[in-house]
Amino acid sequence: MNRRQFLGIGAGALAAAGLTSILGGERARAATLAKSGLRTIPTFCDLCFWKCGAVATLRDGKLWKIEGNPLDPLSRGRLCPRGTGGVGATFDPDRLRRPLLRARVRGEEKWNAVSWDDALGYLALKLEAIKAAHGPESMAMFSHGLGGNFLKHTLKAYGTTNIAAPSFAQCRGPRDVGFRLTFGDDPGSPERTDIANARCLVLIGSHLGENMHNTQVQEFAQAVGSGATIIVVDPRFSVAASKAKHYLPIRPGTDTALLLAWMNVLVTEKLYDAEYVGKYGYGFEPFAASLAEFTPEWAYPETCIAPEIIRETAREMARHRPATLVHPGRHSNWYGHDTQRSRAVALLNALLGSWGRRGGFYVPAQMDLPGYPYPPYPKSTKAKVDNPDQRHPFAYEALTTGIREATITGKPYPIKGWMVYATNLVRALPDERLTLAAIQELDLLAVVDVIPSETAGWADIVLPESTYLERYDDLNVELFREPFIGLRQPVVESPDDQKPNWWIARELALKLGLARYYPWKDIEEYLSTRLEKRGYHLADLKRDGIVLGKKQPIYFEDGAPAEFATPSKKIEFWSSQLQQHADAHPGVKGFDPVPRYEPPEPCPSGAYRLLFGRAPVHSFGRTQTNPILHDVMPENELWLNAGEASRLGLRSGDRVKLRNQEGIESLPILLKATERIRADCVFMVHGFGHTAKGLTRAFHKGASDVQLLTRIKVDPLMGGTGLNDNFVSVVPV
Amino acid sequence: MARFAMVIDTALCVGCSDCVVACKTENDVPEGFCRDWIEEEVRGTFPTVQLTIHSSRCNHCSSPPCVSCCPTGASHVHEGGVVLVDHGKCIGCKACIEACPYDARFSHPDGYADKCTFCIHRVEKGLLPACVAVCPTHCMHFGDLDDPESEVTQLVRSRPYHVLTPEAGTQPNVFYLTRGR
Repeated sequence: MNRRQFLGIGAGALAAAGLTSILGGERARAATLAKSGLRTIPTFCDLCFWKCGAVATLRDGKLWKIEGNPLDPLSRGRLCPRGTGGVGATFDPDRLRRPLLRARVRGEEKWNAVSWDDALGYLALKLEAIKAAHGPESMAMFSHGLGGNFLKHTLKAYGTTNIAAPSFAQCRGPRDVGFRLTFGDDPGSPERTDIANARCLVLIGSHLGENMHNTQVQEFAQAVGSGATIIVVDPRFSVAASKAKHYLPIRPGTDTALLLAWMNVLVTEKLYDAEYVGKYGYGFEPFAASLAEFTPEWAYPETCIAPEIIRETAREMARHRPATLVHPGRHSNWYGHDTQRSRAVALLNALLGSWGRRGGFYVPAQMDLPGYPYPPYPKSTKAKVDNPDQRHPFAYEALTTGIREATITGKPYPIKGWMVYATNLVRALPDERLTLAAIQELDLLAVVDVIPSETAGWADIVLPESTYLERYDDLNVELFREPFIGLRQPVVESPDDQKPNWWIARELALKLGLARYYPWKDIEEYLSTRLEKRGYHLADLKRDGIVLGKKQPIYFEDGAPAEFATPSKKIEFWSSQLQQHADAHPGVKGFDPVPRYEPPEPCPSGAYRLLFGRAPVHSFGRTQTNPILHDVMPENELWLNAGEASRLGLRSGDRVKLRNQEGIESLPILLKATERIRADCVFMVHGFGHTAKGLTRAFHKGASDVQLLTRIKVDPLMGGTGLNDNFVSVVPV
Repeated sequence: MARFAMVIDTALCVGCSDCVVACKTENDVPEGFCRDWIEEEVRGTFPTVQLTIHSSRCNHCSSPPCVSCCPTGASHVHEGGVVLVDHGKCIGCKACIEACPYDARFSHPDGYADKCTFCIHRVEKGLLPACVAVCPTHCMHFGDLDDPESEVTQLVRSRPYHVLTPEAGTQPNVFYLTRGR
């Protein structure tokens, strides 16, 4: 090869100027590959909820690899390690192969393989029996991700309204509620964070780079590369912390104290965006007055962050505003008063004028694509079961843990069946004992999944789903920087008797006599119907994987609408909704119209606060048997401060167990003695320590954080479960 | 003659292992093995800590001990300075594995010494190595050091860098950029 050819790499593939040239290039590339026995098929990823556009390559008809789709604004042509390793899901020897009916007692994991006809017939009979005895609302569904759309549709047509996802009460719920109370809208998924253009990025407990949300990580690297000031607040010296100008090693659970002190500095020193606040703010004066007591000196003993550092970082944020992004995070159920902490994050951004601004939070756009015109669902006469009397008045999605509680207590009415799609509930909800107690009350536990999870192990019937590379799904129409529609389409066939979720949902509906809810015969007809309504064609999406809409202004300064769906139609520094609730329920705690600080419980002596997070090569507990990803990270480690480890006579590589405040012990886990964490907490990556017998590759590798999370503080505003309030001792094995 | 090199900006690397995974699928690297990997180095005491992360692989040295020690000529220098192993000629003696100061080689289950090829099969088609093409942080660059206009030449000319184990005298062709902070 000569130099001229080589230069083509930089000039062509990488620096393609516009979309047309990328499109042309991609189509030309596909044509060239075809001549060499290779075939490419675009689709989108399912290794996490980011749903990146991807292109699979087949070699001699067999799946070889998956890469990012250069046309896709989420992946920008590069997948994360999980997405790149996604091919492993198709040849995972542990995957489910055929429908399974429980042989004897629940949880024994003994099965009889049955036909789809028998499996769905059994399921339909059970559903009919629950409906006849208790009403359709007594059948609940738990779901994760886009793949649940069709099963949710069938269950809604059957008549239930009790459908929940752990993504709310166990993950991003408090964040979204806190931002909605403030701006009238939430940061969304994918988040509307303009990291690429931020001049100052503040991460509070968010560990981008370990937490591999693709576009965000790409933009994080852009921000680091362009010299943006990075401020990281974390009890653990994360990878992001290693890129930071300021690393603030905060005492766990005191973030709100820091946020209040930062806001105190901005207000006292008049460093906030007065024009923005004046134009868009509501209730600023009383809010500002409420901050008076929260000086950096006040925050110091709480947070362990010195007053001069608090001042310096606040001034640094102000210097770069409005291009200062205080990242909203995602998993925000930490301490049980998380909505108020998220309110403080939102308000800090409001003071910096970053919401709606370049380098802050952009205003996202979405393709106008209506849903399929189904007949209306049956009207339910019962209120949803998860949040009786609206005790958590700002829960705008159903609470998984509320459904679990109703299942155990039978109140406000019994829940007798669970349909669980693609979420490992036993490991997604805190306090496994309660989940198992709830399962004992069920007449039916049905699981639809790709792998035999712990939850599948407790099921009466397990339905094996095709992996994302073997199926169509619903269209991906997200709010993002630019509007787009993404198509997931099968790249290879399922190896055994697995079926796509749309087929399972449709066949179940037919068995339940709900044919009128499935006017379409197959998924392509469904997709075409949706697409053609707006003049798009399935054939185009099958070829390119994506259609892009017209770009719109995404910053206020460029003409994006500055609208706030709050009662005052403004950014609520003083929350009128919280004020109203506090007035109506005097004596009820936690509903302060401005955020207040609640100190965390002190760590008992000899114990450590248990913290958990993500690793870049795994998603939840769903990827540990993927042969490629397992190879890169087969188990998790327990991070313990090096000084503490040596005090306990422990070294890296030792096996230890964790014992929580109730005496519950973890599986053995490898110790990582490290200078990268405070001495009052320990950390592990979530998703390991599997105990399901069918997950042979992952079985008993590492430990599960969730099994130790038995002390849960519930957010009064929205019912989220604070997961960072458990203490463990470290026991040598 | 080209002289292929890789330039890695450690300030951007988050150690996500995407380069490892992409290499494994691109090159059908068998389970339990990898041709590239992530190394982390921690210095200091909490909270004054420095963490450096880098993606490692065969350095495609200009003075490769793995080639000079190979008794059969299986280990050889290909066009562009890329160090390769001719599987057919390799007798699996593992001398090269011992000789490599970077521990970049392993014994493939099929009996030959295996390692990073700079994805020469892709480079010859005008593509980037799989690890470079996948990197979500764009921290890796690949190109021809003999070309004064190439990105890699520009980078090593304008930015401070280091190579791994320079004392081994191997003249590595993987360069790590360092950034003053």
